Amino acid sequence: MTAASLETRLKASPAGGGAAARARMLRSLLPALSLALVLLAIAWLNPRAISYFGFTLMLNLAIPIALATIAQMFVIAGNELDLSIGTFVGFVGCVTATWLKDAPLVGIAVLLGSIGVYALLGALIHLRNLPSIVVTLGMSFVWQGLAILILPKPGGKAPDWLLSLMAFKPPLIPFPIIAALVIATVVHIGLMRTSYGVILRGSGGNAAALRRAGWSLLRTKIVLFALTGLFGVLSGMALIGITTSADANIGNGYTLLSIAGVILGGGEFVGGRVSPIGAVIGALTLALAASPLLTFMHIPPDWQVAANGAILIIVLAARVLISRKER
Amino acid sequence: MATVAAGIANRISLSMPKANTDTRLDGAAKHFGAANIDIIRLDGAEKHFGAVRALGGVDFHVGAGECVGLVGHNGAGKSTLMHMVAGTLVPDSGAITVRGSAERDYSVPRALELGIRCVFQELSLCPNLSVAENTRINHPSLIGFGWRRKAAELIAAKLDEIFPDHGISASDIAGDLSIGRRQMVEVARAFTLTEDPLALVILDEPTSSLDAHTAGQLLAFVRRFVASGGSCILISHVLGEVLQNADRIVVMRDGKVVAADAASAFDRDRLVATMGGAEGHQRTAAETRKAEAGPLRVKARPARQQDGKELVARAGEIIGLAGLAGHGQTDLLLAIFAAAQRARTGIEVTAPVALVAGDRQSDGIFPQWSIAENIGIRSLALLRSGLLISPQREAELADFWKNKIGIRTPDMNNNIYSLSGGNQQKALFARALGSDAGIVLMDDPMRGVDIGTKLEVYDLVREEAGRGRTFLWYTTETEELDNCDHVYVFKNGRIVANLGRDELTEEKIIQSSFGDAA
Repeated sequence: MTAASLETRLKASPAGGGAAARARMLRSLLPALSLALVLLAIAWLNPRAISYFGFTLMLNLAIPIALATIAQMFVIAGNELDLSIGTFVGFVGCVTATWLKDAPLVGIAVLLGSIGVYALLGALIHLRNLPSIVVTLGMSFVWQGLAILILPKPGGKAPDWLLSLMAFKPPLIPFPIIAALVIATVVHIGLMRTSYGVILRGSGGNAAALRRAGWSLLRTKIVLFALTGLFGVLSGMALIGITTSADANIGNGYTLLSIAGVILGGGEFVGGRVSPIGAVIGALTLALAASPLLTFMHIPPDWQVAANGAILIIVLAARVLISRKER
Repeated sequence: MATVAAGIANRISLSMPKANTDTRLDGAAKHFGAANIDIIRLDGAEKHFGAVRALGGVDFHVGAGECVGLVGHNGAGKSTLMHMVAGTLVPDSGAITVRGSAERDYSVPRALELGIRCVFQELSLCPNLSVAENTRINHPSLIGFGWRRKAAELIAAKLDEIFPDHGISASDIAGDLSIGRRQMVEVARAFTLTEDPLALVILDEPTSSLDAHTAGQLLAFVRRFVASGGSCILISHVLGEVLQNADRIVVMRDGKVVAADAASAFDRDRLVATMGGAEGHQRTAAETRKAEAGPLRVKARPARQQDGKELVARAGEIIGLAGLAGHGQTDLLLAIFAAAQRARTGIEVTAPVALVAGDRQSDGIFPQWSIAENIGIRSLALLRSGLLISPQREAELADFWKNKIGIRTPDMNNNIYSLSGGNQQKALFARALGSDAGIVLMDDPMRGVDIGTKLEVYDLVREEAGRGRTFLWYTTETEELDNCDHVYVFKNGRIVANLGRDELTEEKIIQSSFGDAA
């Protein structure tokens, strides 16, 4: 260790730390910034949309998307990916519109059982060291098949309590916004502030370090997957509460939407870097950009999916540029 | 001092596991009054990784209030031994005894319960978590309301105690900290105290990323910790640190303990001599080749080199790159490899280059391909006929090398994984030697290869060098340097010594690579 290397190290570290913290700050503000941009664009194109009624309409589908995004975020926190969340939401929707209404006990048992299946998948992936992409891709066909068995053609009806819950109109603030705030706060406290949440995120950051400290990685994986199952169930129920009836294919788009939401919200595929608040904001941004904004811009529905993709690419490119500056 | 001893005895009796009330307890109980019982004792610990013997019957113990220094060259088995003490590795055979009672199912949670902790050489912080959150990972008892504040206070207080003016905040994200500060956090974290007792801390190269000032702070703290009755195992390649701070020094070599004595009984020279082994002097002198000065092939200066030293290799020379593992040898080889494609400042390469990778699983082998395809990939231009690869010429090349280098297989079209590890490595040598490369870079390619294969390859390398090929050979095995005409010793990314064939001794290499006074 020579004096020269000491000097460069001393010089490099405080500046490097400060710059990294600034870039991190900027990056964590990026999801909120992109949401604000989309809102501004909507306000400019159609000022009347910025109202209680407008938001209730525009953010109608944001609650199930936000819940599915949170579900995806839990597996991503453990360096895994769930490609079955979309068809799982569809499966839950079919159960909700049939059994949960006609035979509530059976419905509840099936939904709890499906969360158990998710927990078992986590155990399987950890114990056999399988790639989660393969396992969940396989499961996506299983969920889809089960959904079609339950509800061969669109139909069914949501339980009345669910309908009235989703139609709730609180004073002043639209329900979807309140729901988003509640979801973000609850998950933020659970994952980012509790002592076991640290262990869950640590399992994505440095699994070997966790094992050396005596923690069970099997348990963290099971918990993360079970949480994904739980939020997948909530997402499916919320979706049926809004649409009132189900269809086996109703959730198929949610797989990629949820992944995009997590990444848009500042999460990363590996390293346990996720943000529940960011994920919810990402889901809101996607929900707003998906149809209201593009309709106001008079973009024909045929092009809306592509435009949606373009927004995603622009935001992610901005993030890459910021991350590069970090180095 | 008497109260300290009593305190330790107290702690020992408090944390004595109740389950272990077998006959051994009687023996242990006798020692309690003296309070000088070993914190941990390993008897005849053995460990194999596949065919490689990492530890061959090691006896090792640490007493209370003792700082044990552990030294040895690359691959001597220090880290394996420490993994056993920490509970992360289970010995194949041998007994572990903690404070006199035999531990049958020794594991990490058990070690932590007994107050044995380890700061591993590879950093084990979670980069996505804050300093306080990383502290919580090591303390299962930090739960419930207000745990964040408790964890932050815990780590901040310990950092203040060990490294005054450290400049680290408990809310900093670990990934944002410089590597030196990460190491400071990791060391401080190991000494934080909640529910579990703290009896023994293993420090595996704790100063490798610290500058002289903070390293001094750490070592002073270790002395205070030991003086107050704690125990410590200090592993360091800076011999001065070990000599000055350890009470007792254990020297390892080839998976065995070769010397263990009070630190005062050692000095630098004795330590170096013990690490290198006495037989180092009477090595079998390979037939001396006449090194005529051929045309220049490589001239390279490491990126971190500050003086004028540089590596020079001429046609027909075998150049060794020595020193401790990870001190810049591989980086220089890769820089030379890159310079062969595109000019780089400070590096001059005048012939095509081929690289024999050290980590053959990740950097060398194409797992889905046959042996012949794996050999031919570096020579595609020669194997081409028209736009396509000629299977006939590929087979010819493969068969030539099969006979020449002795790859043991019935059919060169079998998958590369049908070969044993040593033969896979031979195939990678054949890939490099069968190509047009005038310069062959070898990145410690003999790791985990059996001795028979090694000797065959050594002969081949000398033969090829006789035909004018240049070899740059990074190796962690000192005996292999006997094949070299010239050896450059690396330390901290720099060349620190240039040893000619006649002045090459193992002692000299160790002397330069451990040269901490420089």
